[in-house]
Amino acid sequence: MIVTIGGLAVRIATDDPVFLGILRQQYAAFTGAETDGAPIVLEVELTPPLLQSPDEDLAVRFDGEAWEMRRGDFMARYDPKTRRGQVRQSANRHSIDSVIRIIHSLELARAGSGFLLHAASAVRNGKAFVFSGVSGAGKTTLSRLAPPDVCLLTDEVSYVRKGDGGPDCGRKSGYQAFGTPFAGELGKAGENIHAPLGALYFLEQASGNRIGQLGRAEALRMLLRNILFFAQDPKLVEQVFAIAEDFIETVPVCRLSFRPEALVWELIR
Amino acid sequence: MGADQVSELYPLRAANVAARVFDGEVIVMNPADSSLFNLNETGTAIWQAADGTTSLREIVEREICGVSEIDSDTALADAEEFARALAGHGILLLRTEPA
Repeated sequence: MIVTIGGLAVRIATDDPVFLGILRQQYAAFTGAETDGAPIVLEVELTPPLLQSPDEDLAVRFDGEAWEMRRGDFMARYDPKTRRGQVRQSANRHSIDSVIRIIHSLELARAGSGFLLHAASAVRNGKAFVFSGVSGAGKTTLSRLAPPDVCLLTDEVSYVRKGDGGPDCGRKSGYQAFGTPFAGELGKAGENIHAPLGALYFLEQASGNRIGQLGRAEALRMLLRNILFFAQDPKLVEQVFAIAEDFIETVPVCRLSFRPEALVWELIR
Repeated sequence: MGADQVSELYPLRAANVAARVFDGEVIVMNPADSSLFNLNETGTAIWQAADGTTSLREIVEREICGVSEIDSDTALADAEEFARALAGHGILLLRTEPA
């Protein structure tokens, strides 16, 4: 099965019918034809549940050749040169979902082209808007309040990367937001579409609806705090820093103070 | 922790961290744990001067006492506390001799 997110295809190699069923349900709108052309291949070895302690923290390390990822519920290894990896996990969606997120974050950082962000995102009038914030800031609330003309890309993890210069790439910034299957409290995958990025908003619940500008330093700090990044690697951290810096120089970054009511969407156009 | 001890410290920015100066303040990310630090104006002055060859006392006299009315002992003690805190997070090295 091939899962394509943000234009990056990952082939998940498994023959297990139960696991394939889980994958089809999880990634329904993001699956492609089964071909050998996918650039990344993950071979999944299914094991009994709980390889290690379920409370074990995620650790991502580069051993000089490949990335090793380990958490209580999975172990994985991914070689960025061959673009092949192996995953050991039980037949569940959470583990493979985490591995896919990590690989995407590593590949985006390696290419210096984008990032995954703790954020909801949506498309309106042909432009994408990203709404970032910590848990409780209102990502899912805002998503639930979206009017019918808004296409939700995700309520939890947004995918942002520079366009490839094609006709539909960002007209001004060059950044685009892509739909993801990574769902939060809404429990629903985003639409598999992408659009030029209009603005990034950091959410703050308030007594009224207002958009305020952020200074560059504050914008950079808030952006870095919300980028999903797992690797203990100075070179990649430098790449993430560089792309975040480029992003805030080219995309409007604002604070969106809002009341949990549909009227807030009047500001998002 | 007195001023005499502070005078022997030579701070040096850790080589493996990513840092940017934005609107007069430094933002530092430590790759070891992806932790993020933003330094105020005084912290930024110390960070930028931390080249491993300049003592903390010289940095304080030049960058802090030279532009504020704080007395040098207090400034030095505060600077040492700050530098040790950064060193504890692995983003600054504190040497007892110049590099």
